[in-house]
Amino acid sequence: MTSVLTLAGVSKSFGAARALVDVDLEVHPHEVVAVVGDNGAGKSTLAAMLAGVHQPDSGAVLVDGEPVRLASPATARQRGIAAVFQELALCDNLDVVENLFLGHELEAGPFLDEVAMERQAWELLDQLAARVPSVRMPVSALSGGQRRTVAIARALLGDPRVVVLDEPTAALGIRQTAQVLTLVERLRSRGHSVVLISHSTADVQAVADRIVVLRLGRVNGVFDADAATSEDLLAAITGAAPAAPRTRRPGAAPVEGGPR
Amino acid sequence: MSAGEDAGALRSLWRRMRAGELRMLPIVVALLVIWVVFGIANPTFWTAENLVNLSLQSVSTGVIALGVVLVLLVGQIDLSVGSVSGLAAAIVAVGSVQWGWPLALGVVVAVVVGMAVGLVYGIACTRLGLPSFVLTLAGLLVLAGVQWRVLGTDGSVNLPFGSWLVRFSQSWFVPAAVAWVAVVVVVLVVAGVALLERRRRVLVDLPAESLGRIAARCALLAVVLALVVGYLGRARGVGVSVVFFLALVVVADVLLRRTRWGRSMRAVGGSRRAALLAGVPVRRTLVSAFVACSALAAVGGVLAAGRLAAANQGTGGGDVFLTAIAAAVIGGTSLFGGRGSAWSAVLGVLVIQSIANGLTLLDLDSAARSIVTGVVLALAVSIDTLVRGRRET
Repeated sequence: MTSVLTLAGVSKSFGAARALVDVDLEVHPHEVVAVVGDNGAGKSTLAAMLAGVHQPDSGAVLVDGEPVRLASPATARQRGIAAVFQELALCDNLDVVENLFLGHELEAGPFLDEVAMERQAWELLDQLAARVPSVRMPVSALSGGQRRTVAIARALLGDPRVVVLDEPTAALGIRQTAQVLTLVERLRSRGHSVVLISHSTADVQAVADRIVVLRLGRVNGVFDADAATSEDLLAAITGAAPAAPRTRRPGAAPVEGGPR
Repeated sequence: MSAGEDAGALRSLWRRMRAGELRMLPIVVALLVIWVVFGIANPTFWTAENLVNLSLQSVSTGVIALGVVLVLLVGQIDLSVGSVSGLAAAIVAVGSVQWGWPLALGVVVAVVVGMAVGLVYGIACTRLGLPSFVLTLAGLLVLAGVQWRVLGTDGSVNLPFGSWLVRFSQSWFVPAAVAWVAVVVVVLVVAGVALLERRRRVLVDLPAESLGRIAARCALLAVVLALVVGYLGRARGVGVSVVFFLALVVVADVLLRRTRWGRSMRAVGGSRRAALLAGVPVRRTLVSAFVACSALAAVGGVLAAGRLAAANQGTGGGDVFLTAIAAAVIGGTSLFGGRGSAWSAVLGVLVIQSIANGLTLLDLDSAARSIVTGVVLALAVSIDTLVRGRRET
């Protein structure tokens, strides 16, 4: 199967800290790929790289097998990759419609086309079965789950092929977590590929097709979600003896100088 | 109306005030209170002639305050607006009187210099990451020095009373017939836009403003405009410079509310990082805010020169920048960025000038003026912080 999005041997350092080392990742169409790992494993850096916030020091990012440079979030979006960040990146002072279309406003002549935007906002939120009291409320007045829904809905606006969700269930209650996970499944059934970044193995096993484990910036195992047990995942996350049957890359000791 | 309905209406009013829809309401009430109090203390305050003066006095500071509103919206500040206005006044006066430039050229040069100053601020702020507070404080000092240099040893240059700039700011008034036609046109345009928008929304089943509300809004606008034109018309009338100021405010308001640029301004002021991640051109937006602010400060300085028929070392000095910033904040634009309206420049400057004018009529000195303005500013900032704090919890 051809992959929509591929990372090939990608490394990224921040000063002396090596956030990602020689990471390979493939995202296939209509697939939920989960990336799990402990704090500091490089998950958020990976998300930021897919979203175009950071650029890799070495290695390649390929979209449809073609090398691309995701120089900014806008370029990533043009390439069909949209991200929802951990901190949601919503403007509290703007209302739901304004946030949804921020940076991609619809215009009629020189002016904003509020009517068209408001209408599309309702359609989108209905498709996601999202309950928001009013699209003309400032997002500061919404609950945590509603804010997350707005952030996810915003990512869907350009009809991206890959949606990157960075810790979408962090700091959410049980019910809201379930809602977000249902939303992830709805994204897949709408035809999007999803990269789900999380530290919760339970959430990931509930919705993912494949699970990639990051440890200290390296890929420490790729699992089939159906076959992998929590013990396998925990072992790969913590670096305990990697005995999982589906492991492709056993945990390697950190080596200096990114290998190719 | 029953007590329960009353409480419900009050609650909904409070909610809408907090949501920002009616942020202007407290300041409008405050303005009316100030007018009533001064009118009772000294009936001269209410005379048409005094109000005409009040409106003319408000123009220069109002235009500067409008620029301040723009930088505050993106979450920055410009402390040098006074110096920029002083420098602009000096350029116009010295250019036309001593160097023999046509007046129009002087005005253009002054505004271009203002824009260049704003461009420097914008680039230093976005590329070098300098905090605008310190950056523009440095600009305040530097530009005040440049202003004195431009004025030369005399330190004061008079503009001829016959020049169009002086007439524009002092003695040029809109003929009554034209003013009334303008009132009718403005109300019709506002009503037309509201009805068109309502029709578009109804066609696609979106909630729309009721016809009654549109009618009430337009009636209120018509009454306010008619009162202004009618009452000021009993003296000299509505100054052309006042109309110019209001036109600038309307243009800024439309740009802020109805264009992508305006949306970017509020987004950058609300959360710079979120705006960046959403693909908003953050740097360009910040630079444009600084440029617009300095350009408006320069225009304000040119108008001040016209109003005084002179430019001197004091033009734009002293408390001009503080008054302009205070006016923007008193008018309801948040110091914390992301919230505000072009109209806050009008309301804020009216409050400040009304206080100044009223206290002068009561023979109180500038000490009293300073104290009262300061107290009002403190109240306005308290309201701002209160609204913001409640929203965050």
